[in-house]
Amino acid sequence: MTMAATRTGARSAASAGESAPAPAGSRTTGRLGRRRPGGAARRSNALWAALFLAPTALGLGVFYLWPVVQTLYYSFTTWGPFGGHTWSGLDNYRQILHDPDLRSAFENTAWYCLLGLLGIPVSLALAAVLGRPGRRGVAAYRTLMFLPVVTMPAAVAIVWRWLYNGDYGLINALLRKVGIHGTYWISDPHTALIAVVVVGIWSTVGYNMVILMAGLQSIPRQYYEAAEVDGAGPVRQFFALTVPLLSPSLFFVTVLSVIGSLQTFDLVYMLIGRTNPALPQTRTVVYLFYQDAFIDNNRGYAAAMAFLLLLVIVAVTAVQFRLQRRWVHYG
Amino acid sequence: MRKKKLAVAAASLALLGSAAACSSGGGTAAAAGGKVSLTYGVWDTNQVPAMKQIIAAFEKQNPDISVTVQLTPYTDYFTKLQAAATGGQAPDVFWMNGPNFQLYASNGVIEPLTSLTPDTSVYPASLVKLYQYKGVQYGLPKDFDTVGLWYDKSIFDAAKVAYPTASWTWADFQTAAAKLTNPSKGIYAVGATLEGQENYYDTIFQAGGQVISANGKNSGYADPATIAGLSFWTDLIAKKQSPSLQQMTDTAPLDMFESGKLAMFWGGSWDAVAFGANANTKTGVNVTQLPSGVKKATVIHGLANVVFSHTAHLAEAEKFETFLGSQQAAQIEASTGTVIPAYNGTQQAWVKAYPQYDLQAFLDELPNSVPYPISQNTAAWNTLEANLLAKAWDGSEPVATVAQQLATQMNAALAKEKQ
Repeated sequence: MTMAATRTGARSAASAGESAPAPAGSRTTGRLGRRRPGGAARRSNALWAALFLAPTALGLGVFYLWPVVQTLYYSFTTWGPFGGHTWSGLDNYRQILHDPDLRSAFENTAWYCLLGLLGIPVSLALAAVLGRPGRRGVAAYRTLMFLPVVTMPAAVAIVWRWLYNGDYGLINALLRKVGIHGTYWISDPHTALIAVVVVGIWSTVGYNMVILMAGLQSIPRQYYEAAEVDGAGPVRQFFALTVPLLSPSLFFVTVLSVIGSLQTFDLVYMLIGRTNPALPQTRTVVYLFYQDAFIDNNRGYAAAMAFLLLLVIVAVTAVQFRLQRRWVHYG
Repeated sequence: MRKKKLAVAAASLALLGSAAACSSGGGTAAAAGGKVSLTYGVWDTNQVPAMKQIIAAFEKQNPDISVTVQLTPYTDYFTKLQAAATGGQAPDVFWMNGPNFQLYASNGVIEPLTSLTPDTSVYPASLVKLYQYKGVQYGLPKDFDTVGLWYDKSIFDAAKVAYPTASWTWADFQTAAAKLTNPSKGIYAVGATLEGQENYYDTIFQAGGQVISANGKNSGYADPATIAGLSFWTDLIAKKQSPSLQQMTDTAPLDMFESGKLAMFWGGSWDAVAFGANANTKTGVNVTQLPSGVKKATVIHGLANVVFSHTAHLAEAEKFETFLGSQQAAQIEASTGTVIPAYNGTQQAWVKAYPQYDLQAFLDELPNSVPYPISQNTAAWNTLEANLLAKAWDGSEPVATVAQQLATQMNAALAKEKQ
């Protein structure tokens, strides 16, 4: 529950941060310029501001922030099989330090993050190809690429399970045609993680592509014309113009991709499943959290795990924001 | 200005009101027009038609009560049920099985039948006892099941192997398995599913081993006889007479058997419904008793119907539970061939429901049946079994090593129960 909350929370907060402040800011300055507000008017303004903020702020508070506080509290407790908890201090955190399953889950999750980043160059290439105006059928391709984003993860997983099936799957049937004997992709411990990553990339590429396409379109044409006059070829243009000018969008997409990978759950749950021999090699932190909280009914321990993950996400994101000074150019 | 403010306030109040209305509509049992609605939690989609027939008969007798079936596939059934029960939102009446019963009874989640004082002499005594906790009856037996050896007649014919009989031994089974396997056609002799009830529990008991000691305090996995029961299956996988664990993860053995890729399938009496509805298995398969090892054995288990103790409609829920345990409900289960009903005297009707199968085999096995192994928190060591035995099934570690690890960890889990 908390996991889903933080995910959507992060996504909406990030997109709000991009678009919202600009128009709001310009309007207030315009107004202030015309008429200096008196004390009463200012108070009334503040009241209106509060009123308009209330629905979002209340929702955020009740459904996102309050559960975070609760999770923190529960992480210091031990739960019975049907609710009811007792204070157990730092026991859960002490246990976490020596949990081999959690360690391997963090390792797997790190792999999901790293390999998931490969989706960004793919999205960029697609955005560059499909972002050019005037090509025939571009709209249709864009829609096709975006379809996986709006498809339910459960449906995605079921279709891919069939594709990946070792004996009767389409992928191995095609491989057999060229003489390759494919493996049992999602139940072979060596390939299962990659198989999940591929589906993960496939289902987010469309979203990233749209963001990057918007970024590409905001780069003025004149720059390219000037570069061409100066004798820069397409490759030089790409690295000297496109990449730096697109870096804010690339940064945004990277942050989202990493946060999304850190919270991988549904694909593992649906594609791999509880009885899969490759589960130890594919189990993510959030899957382990689900297993502890809802299958083994170890809710206090699971809360501690969720909190640890929250801290990791905050730390990773903070590092990314630090690093962005080196490579992200605004304006 | 003031008027506008009022309007805004009123509008937001209305919004809040509608939101509140939405959230209160999520309850499980909302009364509509004086009629009480109950929910009935089940996990087997094959049994839903029979359950609906039983409900129709119940609603006819009780026009003021309506019941809806809530189906959750077995893999998620108890996970969801436990979360729902914790939140006070479990179905009013639901299916219970042996491994989970004591957990629910000991935590007061299900209602004891003390006020109903049912006549339990109409059910097999072992099933009645399965749903007693500290001498109190909590559930009414619904059905029971034993395991049989289903076989595909056309694969046996093609390999010129005689059909299995009730007198088969492990040696007969293994000889036949070698002849039936046909790699060029992708046909395997049997699916060594990583399942206790249908597979390795049966062979453990046939080998003279045990899963848990009679007093429910110690694991039986270190016992050499138990290990022999496990090796029965890992040997079949090693000889490629069964698909590998990976193959069986990708495609369930039940599906392979239904599509003519497995010559034999160790399946429950409940499988008759699904096989009877599938074009390939409708007449192409038959069933006999399990082969005997050191002795003859099959696991026996049965479900019960229980009432959620925090239901809003206790009287109606108990009424429904009583009806589910009645002879009339058992007749419906029997005549639709769904499962072997627990109500004594109705079992023969079940045998006759599918005349093309020798279903009598499941009843003939009763004298050799061994109760499904349980303890207070069965789920804890069931997880250990699944996780550890997978290493023996995929061949990464020897069976004996894995069994020792399992015994140690299971004993630790059992020790926690006593607290």
